[in-house]
Amino acid sequence: MTSSAAATIALTDVAARRGNTTIWDQGSFDIPQPSITAVIGPNGSGKSTLLHLLLGLLEPYSGTVEVFGSEPREASEQLGFVPQSYHVPGSDYLTVLEYVRLGKIGNQFFWRSPKGMDQQVADAIEAVGLAGYERRRLRHLSGGEQQRAAIAQSLMNQPKTLLMDEPFASLDVRHQQRLAELIHGLRMDHSIGSLVVVHDLNPILPYLDGVIYLLDGHAHYAPTSEAVDEDLLTHLYGCPVQVTRTAQGDIFTRVTGHAP
Amino acid sequence: MIELPTVTVQENWLEILTADFMRQAFIGGIITAVAAGAIGYFVILRQQAFASHALAHIGFPGATAAILLGIPITLGMVTFTVVGAIAMALTGNRLNDRDIATGTILAFATGLGLLFSNIASTAAANVQNVLFGNLLATTTSQLISFAVFLFLICLTIAICYRPLLFTSISPEVARARGLHTGRLNLIFLVTLALTITMAVQVVGVLLVFALIVTPPATALLLTARSLPALFLSIGIGTFAVIGGLVLSALFNLPPTFFIVSITTLLWVIATITRPQNA
Repeated sequence: MTSSAAATIALTDVAARRGNTTIWDQGSFDIPQPSITAVIGPNGSGKSTLLHLLLGLLEPYSGTVEVFGSEPREASEQLGFVPQSYHVPGSDYLTVLEYVRLGKIGNQFFWRSPKGMDQQVADAIEAVGLAGYERRRLRHLSGGEQQRAAIAQSLMNQPKTLLMDEPFASLDVRHQQRLAELIHGLRMDHSIGSLVVVHDLNPILPYLDGVIYLLDGHAHYAPTSEAVDEDLLTHLYGCPVQVTRTAQGDIFTRVTGHAP
Repeated sequence: MIELPTVTVQENWLEILTADFMRQAFIGGIITAVAAGAIGYFVILRQQAFASHALAHIGFPGATAAILLGIPITLGMVTFTVVGAIAMALTGNRLNDRDIATGTILAFATGLGLLFSNIASTAAANVQNVLFGNLLATTTSQLISFAVFLFLICLTIAICYRPLLFTSISPEVARARGLHTGRLNLIFLVTLALTITMAVQVVGVLLVFALIVTPPATALLLTARSLPALFLSIGIGTFAVIGGLVLSALFNLPPTFFIVSITTLLWVIATITRPQNA
């Protein structure tokens, strides 16, 4: 079963550095895909750094990073990326259709178009719920819709896993819920996993398989059942956190006091 | 009582339109409009209007130095703009940094241009041509350089069209997908420098916006699709240059004024009449 053995995102004793500063180290985990994983940690703890390592934009200072059994650079076509600043002023002028299409052909020189691209664009737009918006310009979309367009763009190279940097930031509660459902839907209907940097676990908690938490300069991974723990989250955020499990089986976390 | 000069139609305008210098002007102007319309589309998408303005100013001392040394103005211009473009691409990683750095350098460059033009005191008319353009003075050797520039620009766009678009609209994703955003920016800025060199001959250092920014901005008001917008931008610039030269022959006034008036007028009309979803 070599193929299933490689269907993971794996770090082996990785240390991440920027300049001369070690951001975190002792990062060892092996996360089966497709799954939904949250990345949490205080500001500056190296969450985006982790994404950059997986995308091959940053080399590990030590240790090895393996994405689906390959080095990150070689696996870049197997990952979709939705950066935090997904909206760039220049994209205002483009239609959703062209914007999404560039997710497939944007890194190709010359003019050859792959077969079946139009159908793939339509599928990606459909998957994020933007059907009917194809001819609209990005500037006429709401923030949430622009984000969906960015997700559709990232789906165009048929990734196995999406990396999203704080996608819930700047979304209202309803749109947070819709995004969580979209992430869940991609996993269930298209077998696409997601690795999502978040500050608040709650919107994604119902669908979460595991958590990478960056604590005290180290990177750890735990399944959701172990990671959603009062002591751990209290330590992580530096302020008291309560985990509530309702009779219906819902779980949510809340801050119950002030930082010491 | 001041007597206002009157504008009248020249009787020999048809003769002027078919003269040799006019034919040179048409060819030079159209080559420039095609390059500017195409590159300008990316200037808008990449939010680099300021860079085009700056490169024109950086070219100014190049042109005045060329006048001083008695070498072709195009050679002086292109040397300065290309070096300026390379310096811009290599130094500015962040847009804000680049804007301040570019602004500082262009003030210095303009001062340098003033110095050179003062030393070459006999060349006052030439300096005015650099500042405001003089399409009617286009020479055959200039046309040859322009044709080479246009070929290089078209080749670059034909090869790099998609990556240039992608790095303009999703730079972080483009980098993650293996594109060298820095190198592409360098390539783009050098082609912009070639375009600016030509545009200065047509409308001058002070009015390059009219050819580089206004036509694509107008095109983007009228269509959202990228390739039609690019060709429309080329069409608008070309129309302005042709119209400007014809009006210039009719009224014996500088073509620069008419070219800028036409692009501005079209932009105003497009702004007023644009479709709701533009």
